[in-house]
Amino acid sequence: MPELWEILTDFTVRNALLGAALLGVLSGVLGTFAVLREQSLLGDALSHAALPGICIGFLIAGGRHLWPLVLGALAAGAAAALLVLLLTNHSRLKPDASVGAVLSTFFAIGTVLLTYIQNRQLPGQAGLDSFLFGQAAAILPADLGVMAAVAALGLGLVAIFWKEFKLIAFDPGFARSLGWRVSLLEALLTAMIALAVVIGLQMVGVVLMVAMIIAPAAAARQWARRLETMVVLAGVFGAASGMLGTIVSLARPGLATGPLIVLAATGVTVVSLVFAPQRGVLWQAVQRRRTRAAIEGGRVLVDLLQLARAHGDEAFATEQGMIDAVYGADAQPVLRQLEKQGLVKPLPPQLGKGQQWQLTSAGQAEAQRLLEKREE
Amino acid sequence: MLAAFLDNVDLVLMTIGALVGVAASLLGAFLVLRGSSLYSDAISHSILLGIVVVYLISGDVHSPYQVVGAALAGLATVYLSELLGASRRVKQDAAMGLVFPALFALAVLLINLFARDVHLDEHAVLLGELAFAWLDVVTIGPYDVPRSLITMGVITLVNALFVTLFFKELKLAVFDPGLAEALGLRPRLLFYVLLFLTSVTAVGAFDAVGAILFIAFVIVPPAAAYLLTDRLWAVVAGGAFLAVAASIAGYHAAMWLDVSIGGMMATVCGLSLVAAFLASPRYGLVARLVRHRRQRAEAQILLLLVHLYNHEQETTAAQESDLAALQHHLRWPARLGRAVVARAQQQGLLTVGPDGQRLHLTDKGRDAARQVLEPWRRG
Amino acid sequence: MLQQPTRHQAARDQVAYAPWERSGGANQAMHEPSLALHIEDLTVSYGYRPVLWDIDLDIPPGVLGAVVGPNGAGKSTLIKAVLGMVPIAAGHIYVFGRPHREQLRRIGYVPQRTSVDWDFPTTALDVVMMGLYGQLGWIRRPGRAEREKAWQALKQVGMERFADRQISQLSGGQQQRVFLARALVQDADLYLMDEPMAGVDATTERHIIELLKELRNRGKTVLVVHHDLQTVPHYFDWLVLLNVRIIAQGPMSQVYTLENLRRAYGGQILLLQGLPAAGHGDTPPGAAGAGAPAEAGDSGTNTASQATATRTLSPER
Repeated sequence: MPELWEILTDFTVRNALLGAALLGVLSGVLGTFAVLREQSLLGDALSHAALPGICIGFLIAGGRHLWPLVLGALAAGAAAALLVLLLTNHSRLKPDASVGAVLSTFFAIGTVLLTYIQNRQLPGQAGLDSFLFGQAAAILPADLGVMAAVAALGLGLVAIFWKEFKLIAFDPGFARSLGWRVSLLEALLTAMIALAVVIGLQMVGVVLMVAMIIAPAAAARQWARRLETMVVLAGVFGAASGMLGTIVSLARPGLATGPLIVLAATGVTVVSLVFAPQRGVLWQAVQRRRTRAAIEGGRVLVDLLQLARAHGDEAFATEQGMIDAVYGADAQPVLRQLEKQGLVKPLPPQLGKGQQWQLTSAGQAEAQRLLEKREE
Repeated sequence: MLAAFLDNVDLVLMTIGALVGVAASLLGAFLVLRGSSLYSDAISHSILLGIVVVYLISGDVHSPYQVVGAALAGLATVYLSELLGASRRVKQDAAMGLVFPALFALAVLLINLFARDVHLDEHAVLLGELAFAWLDVVTIGPYDVPRSLITMGVITLVNALFVTLFFKELKLAVFDPGLAEALGLRPRLLFYVLLFLTSVTAVGAFDAVGAILFIAFVIVPPAAAYLLTDRLWAVVAGGAFLAVAASIAGYHAAMWLDVSIGGMMATVCGLSLVAAFLASPRYGLVARLVRHRRQRAEAQILLLLVHLYNHEQETTAAQESDLAALQHHLRWPARLGRAVVARAQQQGLLTVGPDGQRLHLTDKGRDAARQVLEPWRRG
Repeated sequence: MLQQPTRHQAARDQVAYAPWERSGGANQAMHEPSLALHIEDLTVSYGYRPVLWDIDLDIPPGVLGAVVGPNGAGKSTLIKAVLGMVPIAAGHIYVFGRPHREQLRRIGYVPQRTSVDWDFPTTALDVVMMGLYGQLGWIRRPGRAEREKAWQALKQVGMERFADRQISQLSGGQQQRVFLARALVQDADLYLMDEPMAGVDATTERHIIELLKELRNRGKTVLVVHHDLQTVPHYFDWLVLLNVRIIAQGPMSQVYTLENLRRAYGGQILLLQGLPAAGHGDTPPGAAGAGAPAEAGDSGTNTASQATATRTLSPER
């Protein structure tokens, strides 16, 4: 497709793709820790709380400059996180109510500030909009430098403190027993998650950011057996979703990138939930079927052996009708399966008799084995 | 009089805001107490999908079926989230954060594709603007009435009726769902009805204050009331009252500062929560700190008494009962040690020997120590 | 009132301290280097409500000791206090003669199995390797040597076949053994374990106690919060009865008495005398205790726990 190639080589597009990839990787990697520590909704709180911070940063800096907006958002995020902690630990409010109250109130303050800015027609406020609702195409080349630096910082810290973060995600109590300053490490991790959230806002916007924290990590969890794998996969999924969503949104004018990226990420998650080995829905359904088939096959085998023994001959051929009666249902499909496994053998049809089945020597051995196991 | 009311633009807008607040907080009280507050977050976003789908099917932005579509979307969100969480593949908190953004994203995508020109704009959806309520009026007889006034009026009435009629059942469902189940009260069904009404309220609130501010009205006023009172009816009523007060105050502040009305109303709600958090006579931070100081002082005295009692009969008694030794053994700084001793002396729990250092338990003090160490003894 | 010695004093006199006897007076070396654990006047509060009151505790080295008491008695808190995991309101803790915070490297820890979410993406070997993190120091990664140590520890607990298994697929007993291996790898001198045998099958329980005995025989000191009153005298040689304060402590044979148990469980203990515990051999003096629920009017937080009934051991599979 000639248009697609043109799109991909376009400068703006490359910027947007690179930006989306960086943001996707960062939110995937840090989202892993948020999800494992059951702090997913903290991401929601942080992204909503960012709004007033961004507005204040805008007002102080006098325009849409990335650094003040980011710093403002981080400061607001920190304040929000602290308030949630305060409310939860020092009052009767449960964590969900604290998060919800802080999230909505901060956002409300943010809308107040936003309308203040908009009503006064302050310059640069259009750029503010894209920050809030996500428009990857609006990422400036200058922004890219900042984002790359932040991503490098975030990923670097995760790499450096890998075993520390791993242990406090799994067993912070044990970490404390080693003498580690767990609160400090947890604060660092939360700060990094906040950073990922704030930076990622440009990609998907305030409302949808929570999905970028959760979806890549949830998807990765279905495939991964170790934390190392999960983190890498989450980063890959995040970057891929980011880029896919961005490409589609640029291919067709008038589509916001945020929703497309989130739909891509959610799509990856759904596919992972269904198709992943071991944890996947499909895999487990197949496993269940196999197990059930094995059990039923075992029953029929044992029935055949016992029927044969009643006639004093282990190679006795039993009629279908008899088998069905003992088994309690139509045993035909089970018998066909056993035939495929080489455990029973159908006799050539004889006039006046129903289909007859005979145990092979392998079948006799297997049936005997099952019988012994049952009697244990 | 009705004409006078309708002529007063400010009053009408305040009333709409107050109605949103009351309708939301009546339901929110139960969500907060149940620990399900964030479902309001999920629902308020995902109902957009319901609204969009209904619009696409009916072609009418203000179709009455919007309510149905929204309610279905809201219920579907909760149902899917719980299903996903129950599958154990994703934790419960993450499950919710997967479902509602996806539905919201789908809704925005559909709007981008098929409903560009319509007032279903992501901005408006999120932020809302109460002042625009007057742009959409319905003519009833001689009067022009803002549509949202009527909608919110009806919704508020329905919610109030629901909460009043099913108060006992809701109370039990929130505080003891097991018992409710055993009594055949169907707490899960009740919960889903509650969520249905929440979705409906969210639709109504959309135009007025937008999705996020709706959440504020659902959670914050009941939370503030919960910090002020122990009675369920008081949480419900108090939440509604705070919502109304916040609407009035918020409106005036917004007019003064020329900012978002809904935003200001929600901000005032938040401020009231902060005030309750700090100043609540029983549960506020200040009250807690005062209580803790008192408890700590009592605990320190008891600790001293217990320590003296434990070492009373030993050979090391003289040494252990020494004021200076206290500092070492209990790791108390000198001032603290002296203060505690003084307080205990004041309460008649111990005496200080002639050398000013050796401490002796009085009978009363000994009893107090025994109470701690051997609470099963009688006398 | 002053005629009788206090109960606390009486319990103490009852115990023969022998080589590690306390000689009173300020001449004594302050930190008791000959003791594995020496605790003075320890008080720990949770939000101004004391959970441990004025605890004086001595554990000599090389014993296999149990900490026993009703629920909410502060047993876990005691362990956590030694490990520096909870703030201390008053008192001192010394491990092998030095302040406890300086000795964390010499202490191995097995937390309660339920304190962790086992649906975490990691293998059994990985979890055991985490036990070496303390020795590695900041930033350093575990390498082949660490893997080998972890594998050896898994072998010791009989879990080497499961090294690569996802921990979510392990049974309760297997999970407990993984936690144990993680502590073993810490190569400590003092091991603190919080209910390591709770909720495990009988085979695992036997394995665990054999392992603990082996540790003791190698000269290590092991202190275990144990949930089962009945098995305590058979498994352990040192006993600490704790109920917010120390009721009694010392060698098992001297401390495990009817009177002490009564006092520890607030007098709410129902005794079935003379019932042989299947597979255990001699009954201890007094009790196969089944605790009755606390009476109304019992003050404070110290209700009697429901001690387990006689356990039958199922045959090995």
